[in-house]
Amino acid sequence: MIPMRTLLNSLRQLAASLRMLLIFTVVLGVAYPLLITLIAQVPGLKSRADGSLIKADGKIVGSKLIGQSFTDDKGNPRPQYFQSRPSAAGSGYDPTASSASNLGPESIQDVLPDPAVKDDTGTHSLLTQVCARSLEIGKRYSVDGSRPFCTPDGVGAVLAVFYAGPGYHGSITRVVSVNQACPAKPFLTRYRGVPVQCGKSGADYSRGKIVPIRGAAPAHPAVPADAVTASGSGLDPEISPAFATLQEALVAKTRRITIAQVEALVQRYRKGRDLGFLGEARVNVLQVNLALDRAYPYRA
Amino acid sequence: MSSTWAGIVFLATLVLALVLVHKPLGDYLARVLTATRHLRAEKVVYKLGGVDPDADQTWGRYLRSVLAFSAMGVLFLYGFLRLQHKVGHPYPMPQMSRSQSFDTAASFVTNTNWQSYSGENTLGYLVQMAGLAVQNFLSAAVGIAVAIALVRGFARHRTDRLGNFWVDLTRICLRILLPISVVFAIVFVGAGMIENLHHYSTIHTLAGGSQTLPGGPVASQEVIKELGTNGGGFFNANSAHPFENPTIWTNWLEIFLLLCISFSLPRTFGTIVGDRRQGRAIVAVMAVLAILSVGLQLGAQSAHHGTVPSAVGTSSEGTETRFGVPDSAVFATGTTLTSTGAVDSFHDSYTSLGGAVLLLNMMLGEVAPGGTGSGMYGILILAVITVFVAGLMVGRTPEYLGKKLGGREVKFASLYLLTTPALVLTGTAVAMALPGERAGMLNSGSHGLSEVLYSFTSAANNNGSAFAGISVNTVWYNTVLGIVMLLGRFLPIVFVLGLAGSLARQKPVPASEGTLPTHRLLFVGMLTGVTLIVVALTYFPALALGPLAEGLH
Repeated sequence: MIPMRTLLNSLRQLAASLRMLLIFTVVLGVAYPLLITLIAQVPGLKSRADGSLIKADGKIVGSKLIGQSFTDDKGNPRPQYFQSRPSAAGSGYDPTASSASNLGPESIQDVLPDPAVKDDTGTHSLLTQVCARSLEIGKRYSVDGSRPFCTPDGVGAVLAVFYAGPGYHGSITRVVSVNQACPAKPFLTRYRGVPVQCGKSGADYSRGKIVPIRGAAPAHPAVPADAVTASGSGLDPEISPAFATLQEALVAKTRRITIAQVEALVQRYRKGRDLGFLGEARVNVLQVNLALDRAYPYRA
Repeated sequence: MSSTWAGIVFLATLVLALVLVHKPLGDYLARVLTATRHLRAEKVVYKLGGVDPDADQTWGRYLRSVLAFSAMGVLFLYGFLRLQHKVGHPYPMPQMSRSQSFDTAASFVTNTNWQSYSGENTLGYLVQMAGLAVQNFLSAAVGIAVAIALVRGFARHRTDRLGNFWVDLTRICLRILLPISVVFAIVFVGAGMIENLHHYSTIHTLAGGSQTLPGGPVASQEVIKELGTNGGGFFNANSAHPFENPTIWTNWLEIFLLLCISFSLPRTFGTIVGDRRQGRAIVAVMAVLAILSVGLQLGAQSAHHGTVPSAVGTSSEGTETRFGVPDSAVFATGTTLTSTGAVDSFHDSYTSLGGAVLLLNMMLGEVAPGGTGSGMYGILILAVITVFVAGLMVGRTPEYLGKKLGGREVKFASLYLLTTPALVLTGTAVAMALPGERAGMLNSGSHGLSEVLYSFTSAANNNGSAFAGISVNTVWYNTVLGIVMLLGRFLPIVFVLGLAGSLARQKPVPASEGTLPTHRLLFVGMLTGVTLIVVALTYFPALALGPLAEGLH
């Protein structure tokens, strides 16, 4: 039996708690945000509080702060526009599903597609995603798309090395390039004298030692880092100046203008580090593309 | 200037700002929490709430008030979340499941702000502002209140009274958190953070596609999310989302806000116990640990070891262009050293060693400087242990600030220290033993173990950040992590208030020749050492299997 007095005391505590909670809910949860929302109606603040929306020809075309895809409905880049970074938000730049890839630094082994299942693409490791993007972007902008730890066909250069003895001891019995699905030609013909095989879908390589191979690619690849990695939000509105520079020639060619004309626009929207030390230099993609459309309208 | 140097200057300006602010803010906190007069607005609150502001509470009564208030918070928020599909302004949102509502309610009331949902497609504006953001204020205030009660235990003599919880709570909310929030919310709106109640709007993009832009009262929630070391994002991408952190200087401000109260509380402590040197020694320990940690983090992220970072050429996966790698690393350190858990870049994609440092930060028990209030009481518990260890070495009864540390006091302190590791290691072990729960990992091998270990560390320490790859929106994870968060928050609070009660009852012992001076460099070194050794011995095996195995292979 709980003594009557203790019970009454507890009930009194809970009643006081509920009343205090309701008071704070009104003050901190309703009055405070509404006050800020009200203050945010002041001219100058209002456009920012509403999301820094940008208009073109009287229509809203996006927010200065939220990145967009500049691709056609099949997902192919439109060459007249500067392209944004890769995005893990939904199917790309979806503000209702902001997200990073969350793949780790040693996410290097793919799940190869099953040829028996129609449209199976398998699962790409972060390494393969980086390699594939680098290769594709290198091709599109006519630079060397090779990267360390990447195969020439744009997947992660990763071997499963099988040993005769336990604990990865003894002689090597078999070597498989795990991310290169057969009939692909392995990026190495031999590893320590043993011929390298291509990877088979569904095969279990977990008994092999997983060895990423650095290869001969330059440590500072021609395709910039932000071009091959997804941002934290998946909505990054900006790219590095290096990635912008890489894209200038193709944009100029597609719009039939000079590179200097494109570069002048990029320079106008290029921002250095704030106060010289805050953050990184960057270029807002939507703003540059909008300025391009205004100054040099694209006709297919 | 290279990226790394810019990052170091960025860090230096933050340190300078904190050095400048911690004295006035700490003194202000002390004034507010020791004032005898009530403001008129506060009297109205006490009257409406039906509480007696002049009743001095015993530790038991103080504790019961904390627990009753928090229990009510969980119940209320749970109900609100379950009903949000009926009141989910302005967008019809689906009903949240029972287990996820429990998890979320536990998470926000315990100052954890672990999120197994994404805000933009789960929650309406009303529940965000009147449900979650309210707990951002209240859970922070509860932390500070408990810390102050412990400080009173040291400062008061021969009494069984520790102050009044309702008064502490109200003053912290109305005189400290709210005014700072109003000022910075307006600053944040000026930077481009959104603050509106508009419907989501669908627009046609330049390239001919469409995009749906969310709205919401974000800026007002963002300030208290950082200031109260809460960390629960309005959107899934948290402080990486351009609407939650639009510019690089808002990034600086967010880091500043999430550190400022915790670094000021030692000053408050020194002021209330009447010896500011004691506060200085504590803040020195916090600063040493924090600078060590941020140095390691900057090093790990800039060196970018590991296969993918080497292939990319930097650790840019999961970071925003405007912030860059070094400034993101500073944010990540700040958010895991406090109990914030907000992120401006995604920790799962950090280099293995960088990720290990983040885990270690949380495993330190978040005392450098830790969450609002919880960091302060956490480090005082470690100080008690340090004095006790020192006493054992010289064979004298240990005393701290004139209070004898006998069996009862040391038992409370030890129980406090054992709670979190027990929750983290047991939880991780059980999750790894269950095949279904293991399958929730996005990454395989040791990185997968790191994901699970990170989740339990984050929940038990009430941090709330995640190696977000793991799928935790399952009944099992929602329920278990919810329970871990509640135990990880309230068991330590029971022990802290118990300790405070038994300290306050004592009469002060005059300092003698054998008393260990607790304001000198020697003590700073010992406390730093004890903190590191306790952590290292507890968690080293788990760390070795997870991030260390991955980073050193």
